[in-house]
Amino acid sequence: MLDTLLPILFFSALALAAIGAVRRVRLWRQGRPSPVPLMRGLAAMPRRYLVDLHHVVARDKRMSNTHVATAGGFVLAALLAIVVHGFGLDSAVLAWALLAATTCMFVGSLFVAKRRRNPPPRLSKGPWMRLPKSLIAFSLGVFLVTLPTAGILPEDAGSWVLALVLTGVVAWGLGELFFGMTWGGPMKHAFAGALHLAFHRRPERFSDKQGGEGRSTGLKALRLEDPKAKLGVEKPADFTWNQLLGFDACVQCGRCEAMCPAFAAGQPLNPKKLIQDMVVGMAGGSDARYAGSPYPGKPVGEHAGEPHGPIVARQGTALVDAETLWSCTTCRACVEECPMMIEHVDAIVDMRRFLTLEHGNTPNKGAEVLDNLIATDNPGGFDPGSRMHWAADLNLPLMADKRDAEVLLWLGDGVFDMRNQRTLRALVSVLRAAQVDFAVLGNEERDSGDVARRLGDEATFQTLAKRNIATLGQYRFARIVTCDPHSFHVLKNEYGELGGNYEVFHHSTYLNDLLENGKLSLKAWKGGLVTYHDPCYLGRYNGEYEAPRSVLKALGIEVEEMARSGYRSRCCGGGGGAPITDIPGKQRIPDMRMNDVRETGAELVAVGCPQCTAMLEGVVAPRAEIKDIAELVADALVIDATAEQGTSQDEATGKARRTAEEMTP
Amino acid sequence: MQHDAKSSSHAGLNVAVLVTVGRHPVTARARRADQDARAVEMALSLNDAAVRLVHAGGNGDDNEEALRGYLGMGIGEINLIKQASSADVVPALVTSLRDMAPQLVLTGTRAETGEGSGLVPYLLAEALGWPVISGLAQVESIEQGVATVLQALPRGKRRRLRVRLPAIATVDSSAPAARQSAFGPARRGELAARACASVPDELQEQWHVQPARKRPKRLKIVKSASARDRFKAAAAKADSGSGQLLSDVSPEQGAEAIFNLLKEEGVLR
Repeated sequence: MLDTLLPILFFSALALAAIGAVRRVRLWRQGRPSPVPLMRGLAAMPRRYLVDLHHVVARDKRMSNTHVATAGGFVLAALLAIVVHGFGLDSAVLAWALLAATTCMFVGSLFVAKRRRNPPPRLSKGPWMRLPKSLIAFSLGVFLVTLPTAGILPEDAGSWVLALVLTGVVAWGLGELFFGMTWGGPMKHAFAGALHLAFHRRPERFSDKQGGEGRSTGLKALRLEDPKAKLGVEKPADFTWNQLLGFDACVQCGRCEAMCPAFAAGQPLNPKKLIQDMVVGMAGGSDARYAGSPYPGKPVGEHAGEPHGPIVARQGTALVDAETLWSCTTCRACVEECPMMIEHVDAIVDMRRFLTLEHGNTPNKGAEVLDNLIATDNPGGFDPGSRMHWAADLNLPLMADKRDAEVLLWLGDGVFDMRNQRTLRALVSVLRAAQVDFAVLGNEERDSGDVARRLGDEATFQTLAKRNIATLGQYRFARIVTCDPHSFHVLKNEYGELGGNYEVFHHSTYLNDLLENGKLSLKAWKGGLVTYHDPCYLGRYNGEYEAPRSVLKALGIEVEEMARSGYRSRCCGGGGGAPITDIPGKQRIPDMRMNDVRETGAELVAVGCPQCTAMLEGVVAPRAEIKDIAELVADALVIDATAEQGTSQDEATGKARRTAEEMTP
Repeated sequence: MQHDAKSSSHAGLNVAVLVTVGRHPVTARARRADQDARAVEMALSLNDAAVRLVHAGGNGDDNEEALRGYLGMGIGEINLIKQASSADVVPALVTSLRDMAPQLVLTGTRAETGEGSGLVPYLLAEALGWPVISGLAQVESIEQGVATVLQALPRGKRRRLRVRLPAIATVDSSAPAARQSAFGPARRGELAARACASVPDELQEQWHVQPARKRPKRLKIVKSASARDRFKAAAAKADSGSGQLLSDVSPEQGAEAIFNLLKEEGVLR
C-alpha cells in the first residue's frame, strides 16, 4: 500500500510547492525592477551559502552544527526520497544513503527541538515552535518507510494500520518542508534565502575565490535626474524586487534584535520586526500574527499595510511608525549579524529618503540641520569662512597655496567643535613630528554629506559630494587622511559612484603606517588600564579593527577588550543622524556603552571618531576618560634630534628604536 | 495650533501669500525668506483655504532655486509676475491682487533682499483700500468675513483683533516656524510666469547703495544682585519714555491723538 501512497504524496507535495513558488515569486515581482545576472547569480549561490553565510552562522558553533546536520540531511534526504519513493527506484544503495541522510537530519532536529524547549527571547515563537516536530516527523517518517526498501524489514511488515500512520507522519513532514517552504511557513527561509543569495542586491559583498573578503557598505545613490520620479520608498512595492526577496528570506533568528543598540535602549525599533513588517506589507495584512519581540513600547497588532499602501502614514498609523525608522543609528550591527545577509540599513535609508525628500518630515532638529547644510555647508550653521579659526596659530599649509601634497588632511565638521579641535591639534602635531608633507583644504572643505545622506536627504548629499569632488579635483595628492570615520567612509566608499575615487586612510591606519615605518618615536605608556571602542563606520563599515589596536600596542598599551568589541562593537549612538532626530527611549545608547567600558575596569577608553568622543563624553561622571588615538600618540611623542632628521632615518633603526621604547617599563 | 482654527463658515477662503527671495544671514545664499515662509505656513494651516503664492520680481537662477523652497512646503505653483530688476513691484502686485481678489493677503514683515523697508504691505493696503494687520501671530477664526486674529506685541504680549476682510497681514518671527521644504515637491512644483509691465522705481535709481558698516555696540552693564533682575534687564526692550496708551476711546479721539502725534513728529505738516 505504501508503494502507491508515497509517490502520490511526494508528487502532490512537490506540485503544491511549485504552485506556492510561483505565487511567492509574483509577490516579489511587485517590487521595482532591478537587473541581476540570473545564471551567474545562481551559479554563485552555493559558494555564497557555504562560505559567506556559514561564516556568519558559525559564530554560534552549536547552532551551526545543528543547521549543517538538519539542513544538509534534509536536502540529501529530500532528493533521495524523491528518487526512491517518488519514482519508486528500487536500489538498496540509495535506500541506505537515504537512511543515513534521515538519521543525520533526525539528530539535527533533536538539537533544534532542544533549543526550542527554552528559547532565548530573541527567537520568534508561533509557527517556529512546531518546526522541530515537523523536522522529526519528516526524518523519522521517511526513515521508517525506507526500511523495507533497504531490505531491513520485509516489504509487508506491519499491518495496513501502521502503513497509514506512517503515511500520515510523512505527509506532515512533507507538508511543512515542501508545501510550507513556498506557502509562507517557517521553511520559507530556505527557498527565499537561496534565491536571495543568488540575486542579492550587493553581489560585491560576498567573498571570492581569490581571497577577497568582499565588503559593500556604501549606500547606493538615488537617481535624481527624472524630476517626475518619486524619491525613496513610500510603499512596499517601491522596494526593488530583490529587496523584497531579501525581506522574505528572514529566518527570524533575532540576532539583529540582540545586537541593535536602539532596541536595547528601548527605542521603538527592532530590526527583525521591521523586516517582518515589510513581509506583511508585501503580502498585505496586519502584523497580528508576528510572534517575536515587538518594537519597544508598541504592541503588536495595531499596524497593517498592503503592497501599494503607504508604509508610513502622514497621520495615524500604517505599516510602520516614522519614529521606528528614525531610531536607527545605521551602525550596521544587524547587517553584520544577519545570517541571511539581509540589508536592513539600506531599507531604512530608502524609507527615510521618502520621508525627507517627499514628505519633508525629518523629525526634531533634522530640518534645521539639513537647512544649515544647504545654506552653510556644515550642520551647525556656522560661517563657512570660519572653518580654520581653530587653527589660527597652527599655520596649516593650504592646498590652495601648495596645490600638491603627499597627504590631504580632511578635517571634517569637527573643526567647529572645541573637543574635536583638541584631537585635530594632536593629529597635526603627530603629522609634523613624522614630517609628513600634508595640506588642508581650509575654507574650501565642506561637510562630506554623511549626515544629510543618513537623514535621507540624498539631494543635499549629492550636491555637497559633487562640490567636494570638484574641489578635490583641483589638487594633486596621493591620499586623504581624516580623523572622522564618517567622512572616511563617505569619501572612500560613497563618492566613487559620483565620480570621486581616492585612496583614503583613517588616521589610525595612517598613524600605524607611520609607526611601522619608524617615522615616530614614542614614550612608553604609564597610565592605567585602557580599552578601545570600535567606531561603527571604521570597523563594521570598513573592516579596520587591527590598525587602532596596533597603534595602541605600539604605545605600550595592552587593550582590555570589552565584551562587545570588534565586529560586535556596540554603537555609541551618534551615527545616522540619531542625535539629531533624537527619538526617546528608556535609556541612552552612550550610557550603555559606557557601562560596557565600566565592566572592563578601564580608566581610559581610546576612540577614533569625533561622534563617539562627543557621545561618550556626554555620559555623566564618574566614568572613564575618553581620548582619541591621535591624542594618545601626541602625548607620547618623543621629539628629539634624531626624529627631527626624520627622513634620514632608515627603516631598520626606526623599528629597532620603537621596540626599545616598548620595552621600557 | 492653527489646525483648530474655526473655519466652518468660510468655505473657499481665498488666501494669497506674497513671497520674496530671501538671503541667508551668514552666507548670503538665496533661500526662501524666513518671515515669508512663516506666512506660507500660516496660510497652509488655515482650514480649507485656497492658498496662492505670488512673487513679483526678476528671476535669476538663484531666485528660482529659492522660490522652489516655498513649493517644497507642499504647494503646486507660484504665480510669478516677471518684473525688471529695477522695477517698483507695488503697481504690478496691486493689479494682480485686484484680479485674484483674495480675502486675506499674508506676507513677511520685511524682505531679506532689496530695499527691505517693510513698506510694501502698507503701500498695497493704501492702493487697495484694505486694512493692515502687522505682526500677525495667529489666526483664531474667520467667520462671516471677519477674522479674529492675535497680533504679536513686544515681549511676548498678544492682542486680539477683529478685522473685516479683505485685509493684508504681515507675519514676523513670532509666528510659528515654517515647515520643512521637501526636495521632491519643490522640484515638481510649477513657477507660472506671467509678464506684466514694469514700472521703473525712479527714486531708487538715484540712490547710492553700499553695505552697512558694522558699528560697535555699547555694552549694557547691569549692576544687580539677583538673577531675576539681570534677566529682566536682558529681556527688556528699550522704553521710548514718551507716548501714551489709549484704551476705550472713541474712534474720533483715537484719530485725533494719532493726528496730533504725526504733526508733533513732523510727518504731517
